Amino acid sequence: MTSEPSSPRVTIEIFVDGFSTALRSVFFYVLIGNYIGLGALAHGLGFSVWWMTLSTLIVWAAPAQVLLISTLHTASLLEVALAVTLTSVRFLPMVAALLPVMRGPGVRQRDLVLPMHLTAISVWVEGMRLLPLMAAERRIAFYNGLGLGLMSAAVIGGVTGFFLAEKLPPLLGAALLFFTPLAILMSSARNSRALIDNLSFALGLVIGPIMAAQKIGLDLMWTGLIAGTTAYAIHRIRAIWRKAGPGA
Amino acid sequence: MTLSELGPVLALLLVGFLPNEVWRVIGLMLVRGLDEKSQVIVWVRAVASAMLAAVMAQLILSSTGALATIPIAVRIGSACLGFAAFLIGRRSVFLGVLAGEIAVLAGAYLFGPA
Repeated sequence: MTSEPSSPRVTIEIFVDGFSTALRSVFFYVLIGNYIGLGALAHGLGFSVWWMTLSTLIVWAAPAQVLLISTLHTASLLEVALAVTLTSVRFLPMVAALLPVMRGPGVRQRDLVLPMHLTAISVWVEGMRLLPLMAAERRIAFYNGLGLGLMSAAVIGGVTGFFLAEKLPPLLGAALLFFTPLAILMSSARNSRALIDNLSFALGLVIGPIMAAQKIGLDLMWTGLIAGTTAYAIHRIRAIWRKAGPGA
Repeated sequence: MTLSELGPVLALLLVGFLPNEVWRVIGLMLVRGLDEKSQVIVWVRAVASAMLAAVMAQLILSSTGALATIPIAVRIGSACLGFAAFLIGRRSVFLGVLAGEIAVLAGAYLFGPA
């Protein structure tokens, strides 16, 4: 039992460190931009600014929020729920890959509930890059700071977009929604050092649209399983070859 | 049932929060006691990156929502241009995003609907 990281003062310092890392992350600005687009969309479709903010805090997933805002008035609730749940399947493997990084002696299951909820694409990408570089006992507080920091960017962006909506040309609103895919594409390319990371991302990029075009349903899940398993298999085969030695 | 019958906040909880959060909770439940270096987690991580990439591809190619007003060729071309700028600019995400955004705005202005 190390007493140092469990003292509240140190925990707060680590949390603030995570929060200020969020302010320096490119995602902070990307999220503001993207959520300006979302806030404007919510305003256009007649939602309140409180509803928009609440949806950011409790859903915390831009693709699901785009779906919610744009279909809630027109589609049946069952259809909306189904569409949301299909875009959010990615959280299962993301949370499952992230939380073991934080687990250690003295970590209770309930300590992981906030990190679980804060896990969204941007936070996950930054967390997977930064957490392994720091001492295990710092990771939960740091990630909570990082996640809440990035979430506050989304809230700021959403509120700004809501009030800018009438002045924002629709084209600019659309271009703002382009921020997230661009930033994720490049951060993933920057962060992935291992072959398996690059390969699974590249395969997902290609197989995803192919699967979606087949209209078989659950295309996101199938893409993840096929592309991810292929990348993993190639990674394993290469590891076996390497172990066999250069002469083999 | 429709939105007006249920109220926007209740609808948000039922068809926004719950169907979204369920996957995070399942992820938390499933990995109890798994080590970060275990092979299952290496595989799960690859599946997660692939799904993430697929969501991004869908966002770029999406035929619904506000982005649909920008021609698909402009969207794909801008993403490629942005990525090229990122590679040329010593892997700066900021530079790549900026270039991609300028390209998408310029392209939509030139080739988009009036």
